[in-house]
Amino acid sequence: MNMIQAINSAMDVMMARDPDVIVMGEDVGYFGGVFRATAGLQQKYGKQRVFDTPISELGIIGVAVGMGAYGLRPVPEIQFADYIYPALDQLVSEAARLRYRSAGEFTAPMTVRSPFGGGIFGGQTHSQSPEGIFTHVSGVKTVIPSTPYDAKGLLIAAIEDNDPTIFFEPKRIYNGPFDGYWDRPAQNWSKHPAGEVPTGYYKVELGKAKVVRPGEALTILAYGTMVHVATATVAEAGIDAEIIDLRTLVPLDIDTIEASVKKTGRCMIVHEATRTSGFGAELSAIVQERCFYHLEAPIERVTGFDTPYPHSLEWAYFPGPVRIGEALKKLMKD
Amino acid sequence: MASDPERGTSARANLQPLSLYVPEPKFRPGDAVDFSEVHVPPAGETRRPDIADKASTFTDLAYQLVRVLDEDGQAVGPWNPRLAPDTLRNILRSMALVRAFDERMFRAQRQGKTSFYMKCTGEEAVAVPAAYALDYDDMCFPSYRQQGLLIARGWSMVDMMNQIYSNTADRLQGKQLPIMYSVKEAGFFSISGNLTTQYPQAVGWAMASAAKGDTRIAATWCGEGSTAEGDFHSACTFASVYRAPVILNVVNNQWAISSFSGFAGAESTTFAARAVGYGIAGLRVDGNDALAVYAATAWAAERARTNQGPTLIEHFTYRAEGHSTSDDPGQYRSEGEPNAWPLGDPIKRLKDHLIAIGEWDEERHAAQDKELADEVKRAQKEAEQNGILGHGLHQPLDTLFDGVFEDMPWHLREQQAQMVAEETASGRPWARK
Repeated sequence: MNMIQAINSAMDVMMARDPDVIVMGEDVGYFGGVFRATAGLQQKYGKQRVFDTPISELGIIGVAVGMGAYGLRPVPEIQFADYIYPALDQLVSEAARLRYRSAGEFTAPMTVRSPFGGGIFGGQTHSQSPEGIFTHVSGVKTVIPSTPYDAKGLLIAAIEDNDPTIFFEPKRIYNGPFDGYWDRPAQNWSKHPAGEVPTGYYKVELGKAKVVRPGEALTILAYGTMVHVATATVAEAGIDAEIIDLRTLVPLDIDTIEASVKKTGRCMIVHEATRTSGFGAELSAIVQERCFYHLEAPIERVTGFDTPYPHSLEWAYFPGPVRIGEALKKLMKD
Repeated sequence: MASDPERGTSARANLQPLSLYVPEPKFRPGDAVDFSEVHVPPAGETRRPDIADKASTFTDLAYQLVRVLDEDGQAVGPWNPRLAPDTLRNILRSMALVRAFDERMFRAQRQGKTSFYMKCTGEEAVAVPAAYALDYDDMCFPSYRQQGLLIARGWSMVDMMNQIYSNTADRLQGKQLPIMYSVKEAGFFSISGNLTTQYPQAVGWAMASAAKGDTRIAATWCGEGSTAEGDFHSACTFASVYRAPVILNVVNNQWAISSFSGFAGAESTTFAARAVGYGIAGLRVDGNDALAVYAATAWAAERARTNQGPTLIEHFTYRAEGHSTSDDPGQYRSEGEPNAWPLGDPIKRLKDHLIAIGEWDEERHAAQDKELADEVKRAQKEAEQNGILGHGLHQPLDTLFDGVFEDMPWHLREQQAQMVAEETASGRPWARK
């Protein structure tokens, strides 16, 4: 399966298991979503459970909060993460706080799916990585898979979770992993071990990172598309890096991070989002607080730039192998 | 003025300069009040469509005013809900109890027993009759001035006061502002301080109920000022598109803190007319007329329950007091307004009706007022035994971290442990239980 099929399969499995799971969003019904992630679900589960919505992200999330409060488990889709901003208040002031402010009387158990990240010539409005906005908010979980296997298992876990979850899908690797070079085609997931996805039910626990590549020389913390770019760059550079796919930013798997950095003594953080106040800043602070006496070099951050996502220049913006390679050299210099 | 070097300035010289219109309320402090321009049609005049009629056939109702109680205290016209005297007396009692509760809690705030309070004086007929017209298990998504829903549903005043005082018995563990109640058991959704966010949530709840083949409906309330929020419009779109079984109430009490209703568009049209553009049934109701509110709510509820879709009800009323205990309306509006309001006082109007039909009298009313004041006082005493705000912490300190997530993740556990350690080291024993 590719990642889209795996995500589709997760919703299929959960809708079959739990009649309270419903799917909603722009174009998700009859058409099956602009990326086809919800293909076939309406035909299988009917319009009462899978339906198109008005073009109103605020409405989609606000309505989902009410559905969650009723007792359903809505899985709303925001067609592109760039369009999540109109819904921000409903997410951060409402969904995220409902349990807290009502002392558990009401909850909003929803999973907001949204394709994010660049590398598809999507320009400013189809390329952003707004995960840092949500990790800053108390009360929402933020999940980002990097493989079809994880995407399905994490999505099932998110749908079963009783807290609101933002589930960002790295759309550049929907169809296959790639090495970060814009002019090389993505591989197909069918040739990748993580493309082996069981058709039935399984879960990948939220809050558990995965060591993608064990190593001794340094630790690379990444998620989503960047896991694959970092892996390719490390192979090219011939450095024995330990690569950790965070999978869940909130809650974060601190134990895996801490153990790795204490072992390697060096840490690089890679994300595609803009740099300032990005999640990399949080990771950097955490590593510094916990591993300072084990560090042999300053922590390196490799990120997107603090500009809007440029259309024709997107590969200059993208933290690709060149930028990661330079940071590797810098980090390994001393 | 900008000039065009190519064409010279002469081409535009005879055009009038534009000017920006900024609305201004009719009366400011010191002004004499004259509400003769507020059109108050005779009671009983507005027609009552069949619940199965298409919304497009009665758009005129969005510009009129449903009124039942006339100047002589009689209930007249097609909207008269013909309630039994016992029901009328119960509604009157609930409305008077809300006023007594507000009085007592307002004073409690002034005495420093809590941080904040909001009265609904003059608007008691918005929430109370609606609560009587809805079923107990319908879900209400209120704004902050519908305490009447809880009182009318017979909810414990002690429980409400515990929340206002953030004391040991506060069901919300001191985590919410006073009066931001949440009572799932009484069909009262958690109040948000962000305005009108409850609107799409109510629509979503109603859609969920419909999708599950349930029979319960939802109702929500917002002020006229916050109809300017995007949430209001998204909610109307969703309610219309999916024909959600929901009642969308707009409480037009003329003032959003110091901004008069003109800043939400009231000079151009009515708030009920917002419904017209969405193809939703719209009613404009005398919000100081308990029978009109009851009748409109019952009508809208029946439409919702029979899959006829949503109804938007504008309650035309007046906020007789300040916005909250933090507000001084004397700074921005004429002090004559509350008394000059042409729709009168909702409690007095219902009382006069009961007297007019021989089911009540002034003596009984005075006795009831005293009885209700005593009842509220007793509740207050009981609640204050659980503590008041400002008398130390009433919740165990570590509960501050409860409920952010269902299970506490490591970073919150770590912060919780840090807080407890700091508190212990500080040697301030009052802070922990």
